[in-house]
Formats: sequence, structure tokens, C-alpha cells
Amino acid sequence: MSNLLNISSSPHVRDNSSTKSIMWDVVLALVPTTVFGIYNFGIKAAVLIAVCIVTCLLSEYIWQKCMKLPLTVSDGSAVLTGLLLALNLSSTFPIWMAILGSIFAIIIVKQLFGGLGQNFMNPALGARCFLMVSFAGSMTSFTHDGITGATPLAIIKNGDKAQSVADILAAGDGKAQEVTSVLNMFLGSIGGTIGETSALALLIGAAYLLIRKIIDWKIPVCYIATFAVFVLLFGGRGFDLMYLVAELCGGGLLLGAFFMATDYVTSPITPKGKIVFGILLGLLTGIFRIFGASAEGVSYAIIICNLLVPLIERVTIPVPFGKEGVKDGK
Amino acid sequence: MNTCAERLKNGIITENPTFVMMLGMCPTLAVTSSAINGLGMGLTTTAVLVLSNAVISLLRKVIPDKVRIPGFIVIVASFVTIIQLLLQAYLPFLNKALGVYIPLIVVNCIILGRAEAYASKNSVVPSLFDGLGMGLGFTFGLTCIGICREILGAGSIFNIQFIPDDFHITFFVLAPGAFLVLAFLTAIQNKLQMPSATNTNAGDADLACGGNCAQCVGSSCAANKGILEAERVAAKAAKAQAAKEAAAKKKAAAQKQAQDEKKSDSTEGKED
Repeated sequence: MSNLLNISSSPHVRDNSSTKSIMWDVVLALVPTTVFGIYNFGIKAAVLIAVCIVTCLLSEYIWQKCMKLPLTVSDGSAVLTGLLLALNLSSTFPIWMAILGSIFAIIIVKQLFGGLGQNFMNPALGARCFLMVSFAGSMTSFTHDGITGATPLAIIKNGDKAQSVADILAAGDGKAQEVTSVLNMFLGSIGGTIGETSALALLIGAAYLLIRKIIDWKIPVCYIATFAVFVLLFGGRGFDLMYLVAELCGGGLLLGAFFMATDYVTSPITPKGKIVFGILLGLLTGIFRIFGASAEGVSYAIIICNLLVPLIERVTIPVPFGKEGVKDGK
Repeated sequence: MNTCAERLKNGIITENPTFVMMLGMCPTLAVTSSAINGLGMGLTTTAVLVLSNAVISLLRKVIPDKVRIPGFIVIVASFVTIIQLLLQAYLPFLNKALGVYIPLIVVNCIILGRAEAYASKNSVVPSLFDGLGMGLGFTFGLTCIGICREILGAGSIFNIQFIPDDFHITFFVLAPGAFLVLAFLTAIQNKLQMPSATNTNAGDADLACGGNCAQCVGSSCAANKGILEAERVAAKAAKAQAAKEAAAKKKAAAQKQAQDEKKSDSTEGKED
């Protein structure tokens, strides 16, 4: 028997969770969304998801082999990045662009800054914005049931403010034959990116993450609540409940709030910081959606707030027990 | 003429303003969306740099030291105005593409930097070649960045398109692409161990300027260097002296100890 004892200073973490288990839990939570996305958009979506995941894994493996770094492919973070990126793309997105985006996410946003834990913004969202800037046409062309049309959010944004939201949605953009209702938006049989359409599937995954305590409630709740208040105040439609539900369920808000704003690496770890982060996200998303040129604003809001995280953490460091009442370290 | 060749090499390779000194980043990032824009900006700056270096060198004994910066600016601004009018007349497309960045050449830190560091201290011909070398180095850097961005972003080199429209990555024509391409080119240069801002072998730099006095002839700094050098020699001598004394002391102590041991040995012997 060895006489050596391993000694480390407190706190001693007695928990079985690891980077690997957390990453796979998040992937598991995304399964309902993924399955629904494939059901909704067909085999094309499945191919796109597979391509993104494989490219992310391969580029991480090749990079770490070439740079003689320890291999971290099995920790699941690359799988998660690939999956999230694919869920953020339109189902008709060209495959080679998706490959380019996956390489950008892993190599430039993640590995060049030092790998997992060092990336300054969410790799999947960084890549989404890269693709958005590069290929705006392909990124915003959505096909659902063989019909290419605008997303419900875009229809509402361009719609007449005097009409009620239900009427605008029912009229559509003149191309869709079926009637889009708020119920459709909740269940997800609408056009959009692969992962954002079904609010129900996203909420199932989010509930799993919350119950398993993988994510904290503070960021998504503050985010969504701030956004809801902002929309009611500045949306220009008064207190229209249908409009509010449409804004919450349509577009990438839920996907962003539960799965991407809560990324451990790029969100604050202090409790107060999480609340500040959520409120900032809600405000920025509201500003981008209502006053911006595009109907969508979640991804830009999240990556801008990712950049502010170090500042938020610096001003929200909690006071340690026993230090109450002491100010400025005196 | 040897100095002239050395000046040219210095500007283009050893102290390349874009990749080594990291000067003039604003036009570097802003106008290099295509190779022709980069080349145009580089050559425009070269023209201004050569002329302003020559004139400043001519006037270096006339301009009072206290107001030299405003003096340099007036000279540079005059040449920029001339060049801008010429561009408007003969190369209107380039004038339109470069826009506000042509008047901004006045505040380009490469031009003012060369005026301050070289032209105001050296005779006309070397200053002229210094300007030419620096200008060509700047042109080289800008054209490199412009070519990379144009190939990736617009699928062409000097407006000759060879990649179809569907495969253009617009990202590289926009601002973030400029930062990315510049970073990658600098990284490649670091990897190849070429001189750069982060890869310099300055040696033992006792002076704030890095101690590269070969180009600093005639300035007050050179005199400072003499003083510092003398101080360093004196410090070295003092250190050597101290070491010598310490060694001598040690030796003496060792001898004394040996003697003591001998004594004790003999006393022990007596006790036996």
C-alpha cells in the first residue's frame, strides 16, 4: 500500500458531475428539439445536423493533433457546438457553408483562444454570426412544407400595427397556404431555423436541465422577463397577449435563453452577475427586434453580452461570509 | 549609396511598418477590402512619404526644435492636398474608393514617425530613400492583406474574378475580416521567425528606445547613450572589484580557518 496521501486545500467537491457529464446532459436536453426539427424539416435537417457535428469533432481532433495538445474530443463540447450550430441554421442551408461555419466555430472562436473554458464567446453563436454576415441570403431563407416564406416574426414585424396579430398571422405573407396561429408557433410547425421552431420541445429540454441543476434559473428567467416587459412597453401594440406569446415562441429566444446564454464559459458565475446578464440580454434583444432592421436579434444580443461578462463579474463579486459590513476592503 | 540600399531594405523588410512596427493600423484595416484599394492607398502614402521626407530633411536646420511637429504637419498636409487633387483629376475611381482615408494620410503615424525619427536628422538623399523604403513596405503589407481579403471575400484578384458568386465569403470584405486576415498574416510571420513587433531580438536594451542607436546619429539620445555606456562600464568595473575583494576575503578566511584547524589539531595532540 502506498503511504502517499493526496492533500488539497478546501473546498472539496464531492460530486460526480464533470465537464463530460454536463455536456452530454445538455446534448440529451436538446434531443426533443433535434427530433422535432428532423420531423418538421425532413431528412435535409438530419443531414445538416450530422455534418455540423462531424465537422466540429474532426476539426477539434485535427487541431489538437497538429498542435500536440491533449485530446478533448470525447468531452462532448464539440458535439454540443456542432448540434447548436446546426439547430441555428435554416434546413435548406448549403452543406459546404455549414462545414465552413463549424470549422470557424471550433478553430477560430474556440481553439485559437485556448480551447474549452477560454473562448470569449459562444462558439456556435460566433459561427452563426459569421455565417449571417457572410451569407445573409442563405441564412434567412426558410422553407417549411416545401414553401419558402418569411418567418412568423418577420411577418409580424412587417405587418400593419393597426391589425391584430392573429389577423396578420392568418393572412401570412401571401405565399403560405396554411394558416399560422400562435398555437402553431408554440408547437413548432412553422418556418425558421431547425431548432428554434418548437417552443414545446425546447421547454421540455429546459425543464430537464433545470431539474438536473445543470443550468441556473436566473439567466433565462431574467432574460425572458425583461424581454417580455420591453416588448409590451415598446412593441407599439399595447397589451396584446397574442403578440407577446408570438414574440416569445417565434424566433430563437427560447433556444438562446436556455441553451446558449447559459453556456458556462461565456456567462457570469456570480449570482448577481447572472441577473444583470439576463436583464442586459433582454434589453438588447428587445432593441434589436423592435428597433433593428432584422426581425431576429437573439444571437447578436448574446455574443455582445458574452463580451461584457468579465466586466459584469468584476462588479458583482459576492462578499465572503464574515466580511459583511466591510466596504472597499478597509 | 550603400545607405540608400540599406534604407530600402530596412523599410520593406527589417522594419516593415505594417507587420513589424504595427503602425498606420487605421488605413491598414479600413481600405484593404480589395487588392487595388490596398495598392492605391500604399502608393499614395509612398508618394506623400517620399516628398515629405525630402522636404523635411531639406528644412531640418530651419525648423525650430520647439515647433517641429506643427511644421512637419503643415508640410505633410500640403503634399496630401496636392496628391488628393491629382487623384481626383486622374484616378477618380481610386479617390472614391479610398474616400476619407486620403485626407487622413496627414495623421498617418508612419509619415510623422519617419519625419521625426529619420528625416529631421539626416541628409536629403538617405531621407528620400528611407521614405521610399517605408512606403514600399507599407504598400507591400496593404497589398498582401488586400489580396487575401479579395480572394476570400470577392473571389478575385485585382478585379479579375475566378470564383463564382455563390462561394464568396462576405465576412472577409467587412471589418472583422480585416482584423482576422491581419492577425493570421502576423501569426504566419511569427511562426517563420521573421522580425515583428512581438518577435524582436532587441538584446540587452538598457535604453527606453531599445538601444538601437545606429539610426539615432546626432540626437541628444546618442549623448545619453555615451553616459549610460560609461555608467555601465563603471558599474561592471565596480562589480569586478567587489568580486575580487570578496574572493580575497574568502581566501583569507579559508587560510585563517586552516591555521585554526592546525592549531586545534596540535592542541588536541597535546592533550593526548
